Amino acid sequence: MCGIVGFYTKNPALQSSLGVHLSAMLVQMADRGPDSAGFAIYHDPVDAGLIKVTLQGDHDTDWQLIGQKIAEGLDPGARISPIATHAVVSLSVDGEKAVEWIDSNLDEVRMTSNGRSIEIFKEKGHPQEVVETFGLEDMAGTHALGHTRMATESRVTTEHSHPFSTGMDLCLVHNGSLSNHNRLRENLRADGIRFQTDNDSEVAAGYLTWRLKQGATLKQSMQAALADLDGFYTFAIGTKNGFAVLRDPIACKPAVLAETEDWVAMSSEYRSIAQLPGNEKARVWEPKPATIYSWERES
Amino acid sequence: MKFDLSEQGIREFNRFLHGPESRGALVEVDNPSGCHNLAVGALQNCQVTVNGHVGYYCAAMNQHAEITVCGNAGPGLAENMMSGTVRVQGNASQYCGATAHGGLLVVEGNASSRCGISLKGMDIIVGGSIGHMSAFMAQTGRLVVCGDAAESMGDSIYEARIYVRGKVASPGTDCIEKSMEEEHLRELEELLDRAQMNHSAKEFKRYGSARSLYNFDVDNASLY
Repeated sequence: MCGIVGFYTKNPALQSSLGVHLSAMLVQMADRGPDSAGFAIYHDPVDAGLIKVTLQGDHDTDWQLIGQKIAEGLDPGARISPIATHAVVSLSVDGEKAVEWIDSNLDEVRMTSNGRSIEIFKEKGHPQEVVETFGLEDMAGTHALGHTRMATESRVTTEHSHPFSTGMDLCLVHNGSLSNHNRLRENLRADGIRFQTDNDSEVAAGYLTWRLKQGATLKQSMQAALADLDGFYTFAIGTKNGFAVLRDPIACKPAVLAETEDWVAMSSEYRSIAQLPGNEKARVWEPKPATIYSWERES
Repeated sequence: MKFDLSEQGIREFNRFLHGPESRGALVEVDNPSGCHNLAVGALQNCQVTVNGHVGYYCAAMNQHAEITVCGNAGPGLAENMMSGTVRVQGNASQYCGATAHGGLLVVEGNASSRCGISLKGMDIIVGGSIGHMSAFMAQTGRLVVCGDAAESMGDSIYEARIYVRGKVASPGTDCIEKSMEEEHLRELEELLDRAQMNHSAKEFKRYGSARSLYNFDVDNASLY
């Protein structure tokens, strides 16, 4: 099953309440995915040349110790801000270098995102609890994606929860299942894409990262995904400045899009969209199969 | 009579539709907010008007009731309906009218994929266009499309009849265009009239089964 939601602000006045809106949408999708939830939020971009990463630990993680390790081994100027079981770390080092160092030096935590503006938080539990744990309602930002999970093919764990990010500021939430993910993961690994789990949705995120690294635009990458990904999917995809939606050619996984002058919203069901300000005047439609829908702001 | 779903529960409302006290009732439902299972299993001759959008399975298994949705409907609208009338003023999501046995379903806007899949006797009239794989394995009943039909329309169809006014992207396997005889024009006129659709029956083409899949062909044995 699973539920996915996305909210993209067009009117800057809505940025301060982004978390409130995404939270309301996500909680509406709790019936579709009561076992875990997660969200990616794009906000507080760091200056060019800097990077921020989100690290996921657990309730016992000693973030002060992690901060010390990072300061000693990677970047003396690193700033670490713990939020419940996660922490956001700002660094003034090259992105690739940071990813590699964290991968090989911090066994006790897992990196959920890296980029200039993205932060990803995910946890086991009912979406309402997850939203409260991280204080989503108090978060501002330009756009955000969320996922509520009902595990059908792999275990209920935090690391199997969405959103998945495999590249700078890119993330993906998925409703559906892919059937050729094992072969594809092997091929992508051989080309240097990193994976943290055996989850099929992470492969879709990795695939887009791989295409983008080769110089394709997001639209070109999604077009190529239609040919290379086999299975059922409705994807919502976030980049630093953009938001996109794609359904497979059979399109049996649900999706509703809505747009007003102030915002664009995507959800598995209309119920989430009914929570948004001005929804009664929104243009509401069902995205067509194998068709790319995308919105992007100037950076 | 009014039901406000921001204050009253969906089960309370559906229970009312199942019981004898709803017989002959005129009911308005406010604030559906995309909820699921609205007016499922209605058993009485009554009129229900829903002001807003509805979620999954609205009016499924309906018998006798006349249900109007002033908005869009989510997946599974009027699924397995037995009798009565369902009208949606907006669009309907995937598999509306699936496996339905009887009654009339009118979608004034578009219906998405798999509209009337495995249809078993209901009549569906769509004011706009329909999505891919509609009327897949439809057994009996009629599907009228005033707009266009997407890919694989009527794949593996049995004896259901399809009338399309616009373009058919591709008929599915064993679905072919058939001639419009007097009998078909009359039947279609009556359907358009019941649905209050203002088109001439002469603008439509008829599609149905070529019946080439009805019997096993030994030459195809190697395909299985």
